[in-house]
Amino acid sequence: MLTLELRYFASVREALGLERERVELADGDWDIAALQTHLAARGGSWTETFAGRGKLLCAVDQSMARPTTALTSGMEVAFFPPVTGG
Amino acid sequence: MISVQAQPFDIAALETWLGEERSSGAVVSFVGRVRDHNDGQAVQGMCLEHYPGMTEKALAEIVAEAEVRWPLGRVAVVHRVGELPLGEAIVFVGVASAHRQAAFEACAYIMDYLKTRAPFWKKERTAEGSRWVDARESDEAAALRWS
Repeated sequence: MLTLELRYFASVREALGLERERVELADGDWDIAALQTHLAARGGSWTETFAGRGKLLCAVDQSMARPTTALTSGMEVAFFPPVTGG
Repeated sequence: MISVQAQPFDIAALETWLGEERSSGAVVSFVGRVRDHNDGQAVQGMCLEHYPGMTEKALAEIVAEAEVRWPLGRVAVVHRVGELPLGEAIVFVGVASAHRQAAFEACAYIMDYLKTRAPFWKKERTAEGSRWVDARESDEAAALRWS
């Protein structure tokens, strides 16, 4: 079992109506792309967010990540739109 | 010095602190403020969201990169979060160095990367309601000029 802490920010948080959750995934080789496919399968705004056309950024343990970033149990994974500070 | 905070900051105090080292002959600073328009629409104020922990880490990395690239003295990056009215200072980036060129360039570098890599998100208030600010291609291009 692979346990991840998921966090959602800004427009992604609003679209999903969720700030954070803990997910448990079956053992196997998980990366960000696989997690996105898993979340998109929830349907509705999840599909729109994780399989839609909007640009989505991702961080693993608070560092920017790529679709191929591998995931292991206990990691914090965050999804958010392109940043607009400054 | 890096700070992400809800409360206002004192620009004069930050500039004094930056210039205290006698080896620093140049201090360059930038202040970003809430302006009254964006994308052709009047803006009444904004709310800034961030990713606590990652934001500070991203800012520290950007400052460390600038310190490798230029010989710098003190560096200050202060960013507000939460509700901000019109005209309010959002961000302060200040850089001290022996000479002006390094200070000018490092200040621009930190600001360009802050805008593309630090996890902050602006939501503007307009007469029609609130809207998330879209990221700009021009900000990505500005950061790319340093690579």
